Amino acid sequence: MSETTGRDLPGEHGQPEQAAGDAAQQADGPVAPHRVIGTPSPAEARVMLPERDQPPARELPADPDDPVVAKKAERVVAVCFVLSMLAGLGFIAAYVIFQVHTISGTRNSNLALGTTMGLAFLFLGIGATIWVRRIMPQVEMTEERKPLASLTEDRAEFAETFREGADASQFAKRPLLRRTLIAATVPVAVAPIILLRDLSPLPGTSLDHTVWRKGMRLIVYGTNRPITAAEFSSPGGMITVAPEGFQDDFDAMAKAAVIIIKFRPGQLFFGPHVRPGGPTREGTVVPNWTVDNIVAYSKICTHVGCPAALYEQTTHHILCPCHQSTFDATRGAEVIFGPATRALPQLPITTDAQGNLVAQGDFNQPVGPSFWERS
Amino acid sequence: MSWITARRRHPAAGYAVLLLGLLLVGAAYAVITGSGGTAAASSPTPANAAQIAEGRNIFEAECATCHGMFAQGQAGIAPSLIGVGAAAVDFQVSTGRMPAAENGAENVRKYPRLDTRQTHAVAAYMQSLGGGPAIPSAAEVSTSGANVGLGQQLFTADCAQCHNFVGAGGSLTYGKFAPPLTQSTPTQIYEAMLTGPEAMPVFNNTTILPSEKRDIIAYVTATRAEPNPGGVSLGRVGPVTEGLVAFLGLLLFMVLAALWITAKHGKRQVGPHGESES
Repeated sequence: MSETTGRDLPGEHGQPEQAAGDAAQQADGPVAPHRVIGTPSPAEARVMLPERDQPPARELPADPDDPVVAKKAERVVAVCFVLSMLAGLGFIAAYVIFQVHTISGTRNSNLALGTTMGLAFLFLGIGATIWVRRIMPQVEMTEERKPLASLTEDRAEFAETFREGADASQFAKRPLLRRTLIAATVPVAVAPIILLRDLSPLPGTSLDHTVWRKGMRLIVYGTNRPITAAEFSSPGGMITVAPEGFQDDFDAMAKAAVIIIKFRPGQLFFGPHVRPGGPTREGTVVPNWTVDNIVAYSKICTHVGCPAALYEQTTHHILCPCHQSTFDATRGAEVIFGPATRALPQLPITTDAQGNLVAQGDFNQPVGPSFWERS
Repeated sequence: MSWITARRRHPAAGYAVLLLGLLLVGAAYAVITGSGGTAAASSPTPANAAQIAEGRNIFEAECATCHGMFAQGQAGIAPSLIGVGAAAVDFQVSTGRMPAAENGAENVRKYPRLDTRQTHAVAAYMQSLGGGPAIPSAAEVSTSGANVGLGQQLFTADCAQCHNFVGAGGSLTYGKFAPPLTQSTPTQIYEAMLTGPEAMPVFNNTTILPSEKRDIIAYVTATRAEPNPGGVSLGRVGPVTEGLVAFLGLLLFMVLAALWITAKHGKRQVGPHGESES
C-alpha cells in the first residue's frame, strides 16, 4: 500500500510489536502485561499518524494556474462577498423595519427576510465557488478510503477483555445472583408499557355515537336556519346541515356533518338490495328513513374520513375528493367505486310540528373510517 | 449577430440557451392557455309577444335539432326544456355552453353564439312554455353591502368541494368537471345556483336565500382580487402545483449549480505529488 496509509491495515498485523510508533508498548517491553479490568488498553496509546522521515512533496501548488485570471476573479469574488454582506445587513434592517402584526405585514416581512437571507447565502456561495474555480490551482487528487472494520488487535483485545470480565464477575458460576438480577430489571423494563395507558383517556364508545339526538333540528350550515321539507323542495338540491346547537363545535361537527339531498319521486331505492350488475349481497336492506324524497347522509367518508360531498345531481353520485370513493345516493349511498368499503351512514329524519326537518335519532352505525373496536 | 457569434462558445452559452428555451416555452404556454372571452353581464327585459316570437324563431333554428321543435327533448340526446325557466336558458347560452358543440361528458364554456338580445328572446320563449326560475335582475345580483364572510362560509360548506376554495374548479366522475368560476358573471353564478346546470346541485331560493346568494357571489368575486403570494397564481389549485413548481424549479437550480461547481476548466493536470503532467 502507499506510504500515506502506513501500517493500519488488517492483515498486516498479527505481530503487535511491529508497531513502530507505539511508545507505550516499547516502554513495557515486547511482552504485554496482564491487564487489570477497568484500566486503559495499551492500544489507546498508539499515535494516529505514522512517523515520517521527511516532509512529503507538496501536493497543492501555492500559486494559481493563471495569475491574470486569478486577479480578475479576485475582484469578482470580493464583489460577491460585499453583496453578501450588504444582503446580510439588509436582513437585519428588514427584521427591524417590517413588523408582523398584520397579515400583509407578515407577508412583507417574510418576503424581505427570505429574499435578503437567500441573496446573502447565494452570493456567499457564488463567491466561494469562483474562488475555488478561478483562484485556487486546479488539482485532481485521489485519497484511498481506510477500512471500516476495527483493527484486528483491537477486536482481539475486546474479546479478551470481555471474557476476562465475564469470568471475573462469576456471572455464569452464581445462578442466584444472575436470576435475581434479571428479576430486578423486568419490572423497570415493563413499566413503560403500563405507562401507555395514561397517554389518553380511552375512547370508549365515543366513536360509535355522534351528537345527533331524536328531535334535533337540521340547520343549514352557515346560515344556521332550520329548514323545512317545503323549503328544500327542488329536486337535485343538496345542502350541508349541522345538528342545531353544535354548528360551531368543531369536535362534534367532525363526526356529525350531514348532507341532505332532494330527489324526484321514484328515484330513491329502498328495501332488500340487489346490486344492479354486481354480486348480490345477502341481507342488505336499504332503509326508508327519508322525508318527501329527502335523504340525509353522513358527510364523512367511510374510507379515511374526508368530507365526501361532491354530489352530481345527474348521476346521483357522491364523490369523495381524497381518493375518489364514489357512493350511489339513490341506493343508500352504497360504494360503487373507490377504496371505501362501507356505505355512507344514513341519518334517519322526520319532520316536527312546524314542518322542520329533524333527526329521528343518531346514525344507526358509527360514522367515518373503520376502527379496531368497530362492531 | 457578431456579438452572438463571438460568444456562442462561451461556457455560459449553453446555460443561457437552456434558460431562454424554458422561458420561451413558458411564455408560449401562458399565451396559448390564457384568458378567453368573457360574456357581458346580461340583464333581463320584460317579455312581450314580439320577443317571444323572435325567441321561438331562434330556438327552432339553433336548439330544436336536439331539444325538439316544442322543447320536449329527445331521449338519450337532450332533455326537455319545459319548465327549466329563463334563468337556465340564460346561463347555458350566455356562457356559450349551448348550443353545444358535441354530446360529451361536459359542455365547456366558450364564446357565446347568441348575443344578449337573442339570448333573452330564447329565454323569454322558454319561460312562456312552462315557467321556471326567471333571470335575476341587476339588483338581485348586486354585491354592494354583501356579507363576504357568510358567503365564504357557505361557499366552503357547499361549493368548495367541487369548485375549489377560490373557485378554480375541479374534477368529478367519468370525465365531468366543475368549471372554474374565474370568468363567471354575478348573474351567471346566481343562475347556476338557482338552476343547477349539468351535474351541479340546485340551491333554490328557500334553501339559500337570495341575499345569501349575493354573499356567495361577493366571496367568489372578491377572491379574484386577492393578491397571489409570490406573484403567480399557478392556477390556485393548492399546494400540489405550488410544491411541484418549487420542486422542479429548485431541482433545476441545483442541477445547474452542481454543473457549474464541478465543471472542469483548469489548463493543467497536476499529479498527486505536485509534478505537472501537461
